[in-house]
Amino acid sequence: MASPRIRSIGVLTAAALAAAALAACGSSSSSGSSAPGVTKTSITFGTHQPLTGPAAPGYSEIAPGSQAFFDYVNAHGGVFGRKIHLTIKDDGYNPTNTVNVVHQLVLQSNVFGIFEGLGTPTHTKVVGFLNASKVPDMFVASGCPCWDKGTTQPYTFGWQPNYTIEGKILGQYIKQHFAGKKVAVLYQDDDFGQGGLAGIQDEVPASQIVAKQAYQSGVTTLAPQITAIKASKADVLVDFTVPIYTAIGQLTSFTLGYKPQLVVSNVGIDPTTVGGLLKTISKGKASGTGLIEGAITDGYLPSPTDTSNPWIQLFMKIHAQYDAKAPFDGNVEYGMANAYTLVQALQAAGKNLTRQALINAVNTHGASWTGPGLVKYRYSSSDHGGFDGAEMGQLRNGKIVLFGGAKSTDPSTSGAITPVTLSPAVPPANGVPSGQ
Amino acid sequence: MSALAARAKLPRSTMLRSLALVVLVGVVLLIVSYQLGPFDDLQLANGAFYFAVLAGLTMLAGLSGQISLGHGALMAVGAYTVALLIGNEGWAVVPALAAATLVTAIVGVPVGVAASRLRGPYLAGATLAFAVGLPAVADKFSGTFGGENGLSINPPTPPSFLGASFSIEQWEAWIACAGALVVLFVLWNLTQSGLGRSMRAVRDEEIAAALCGLRVGRTQAFAFTVSAACAGLGGGLLALVLQLAQPGAFPLQLSLSLLTGIVVGGLGSLAGAAWGAAVLVLLPRWTNDLAHSFSLSNNVSSNLPLAIYGVVLIGAMLVWPSGIQGGVRALVGWALRARSSREKD
Repeated sequence: MASPRIRSIGVLTAAALAAAALAACGSSSSSGSSAPGVTKTSITFGTHQPLTGPAAPGYSEIAPGSQAFFDYVNAHGGVFGRKIHLTIKDDGYNPTNTVNVVHQLVLQSNVFGIFEGLGTPTHTKVVGFLNASKVPDMFVASGCPCWDKGTTQPYTFGWQPNYTIEGKILGQYIKQHFAGKKVAVLYQDDDFGQGGLAGIQDEVPASQIVAKQAYQSGVTTLAPQITAIKASKADVLVDFTVPIYTAIGQLTSFTLGYKPQLVVSNVGIDPTTVGGLLKTISKGKASGTGLIEGAITDGYLPSPTDTSNPWIQLFMKIHAQYDAKAPFDGNVEYGMANAYTLVQALQAAGKNLTRQALINAVNTHGASWTGPGLVKYRYSSSDHGGFDGAEMGQLRNGKIVLFGGAKSTDPSTSGAITPVTLSPAVPPANGVPSGQ
Repeated sequence: MSALAARAKLPRSTMLRSLALVVLVGVVLLIVSYQLGPFDDLQLANGAFYFAVLAGLTMLAGLSGQISLGHGALMAVGAYTVALLIGNEGWAVVPALAAATLVTAIVGVPVGVAASRLRGPYLAGATLAFAVGLPAVADKFSGTFGGENGLSINPPTPPSFLGASFSIEQWEAWIACAGALVVLFVLWNLTQSGLGRSMRAVRDEEIAAALCGLRVGRTQAFAFTVSAACAGLGGGLLALVLQLAQPGAFPLQLSLSLLTGIVVGGLGSLAGAAWGAAVLVLLPRWTNDLAHSFSLSNNVSSNLPLAIYGVVLIGAMLVWPSGIQGGVRALVGWALRARSSREKD
């Protein structure tokens, strides 16, 4: 019955494959200027973001926040007369998509560079390609220590404090304030969670750590992990989790009647995001941030609810003008602060913008830039790590309150944790950084 | 000259005929790969590894009548095999791909044997459990498989005689297309062989097939194993083309979209698998472009592609219930009939 059909397959398979290939055919032309993605009037960056999928809640607001800041800079004349464009591509936190969209941005859209690519498991799969193609890979939105290798990955730069630095600072606080208490760690089983765990282990004595539980991004329950942690009778629970798993973990703890002192990495505690998730997941039963109230965390930017801070005032003004549909929270602030750093780098790279000039500008001048950050950048030609520390904070009445002064350190086991004596920077009058 | 006359000139042997086809398609793909830019070459490579998987799956579902929701996990087996062999052991591309095919086939044997005892929804459920459970293995042995972060490998380097301007992406497209052609050749011959007839007999009526002396369970297990081998090769090609093997790259949605691919392409035909591969590669890209051509709020425009994707699939199934290939066949048939009736007049 199938024989005429199968005989016709030949021609049709050829036709189908050829049609598929031809349909995929797009034109790609390079501009005649000094570097791809740069003209006299524009600079185009691309980025990959989880606009859908497990990491989307909260994180999907980051790139629009950056875009809002660029819109603001563009309205003030851009950088050397060039307007900054950001092409945002959704990768759903799936590295197969990340590889494809980053190739599309670089090879087809001819972007000047990639900016703020989000995620450790995703971005690690394109670092090789970007460095081999000599495409600037600016300020990855992840605290993996793997972006810091300036000698082997000269085109990739981190931005936020790496997770080991963060883990050490949280760990020191636990060692000092919860001496002798039992500590459990819940972590995402990738470089994010493992880096944070390493930092905690650097500081907290091994005898105090009674449980270490990993989870895979994408799972729908943390019941096994939380049950094991409860059984260990830990007094302190440290979460290296993305917002959705902070929420799931707390709801599970609540259901099991387990109430440890919660300590959460900066990336997993944004109150607006976690509060919203708690409400959605519990179908409205848990409203507000009651389940995370009192949680201890850390921050390297001013708290988004600190409306007396001039940086927050600037960012809220820009937010109201260009990104008002999203709530103003830590994610939007992150996007804007990161965009601020990129504008600093573009200013420092000078009028004759090339890819190498941008890299050199960060290597040479990056360590001296000031901005909304509470600590310094580590940038040098051999170290491409971003912020070198953070300040402790706590969730009080649904808002993150920073306290105790910022501390800085390096990711090595021996690196001491020292107080920061940086006086807070004031934003430039028109909000646009001037470089150097 | 009618199509029948042209067909009569083809060699009678299935093997020779399929070889001629493979060479023809290969030449077309070769020419096409030179016409495309590097990114579209990468898309072609994506299409080629999807074709390898879909061809195996469509043979399983269309010829042997078994459904599998676990082919995404089988791709993961192939991908991890290639990533480990190339990344850690320094194997060459071809032996690594052959090993990926073999290892996945071996994994497929017990699944296939178990599957041959299950029917309909139970079979779907068992293979579904496989798709959900297997990625957790990467987490359990994170020392070997890199946990949630997975493994990365270096891209394959094109041989120097192709010239300095020959892009890595085009080389990847060549490798992936070569793999797809091997699958096309093997499956074409298999479907035309006695085994292919046995599969169809088993699909249409198991009791009758058993009465004719066919071993129903063994035939089904064999079909599953071959299909697993194709998925392993496809997964290995994925690892090579995208330079990664990571649990997040093989979610349950992948297994479901593979099934979507063969149904929309046209169940049971290799040409349908090619259409399906084209749909899987191009449709998400088009829906994304379309969704972002409207100026909508971020929440809407980032979820719109998924909605458009769904609507297009529903629309396609309403217009062409037997898939794109069914639609094409109907069109060609209609055109031929129209011409022959005109010639008679």
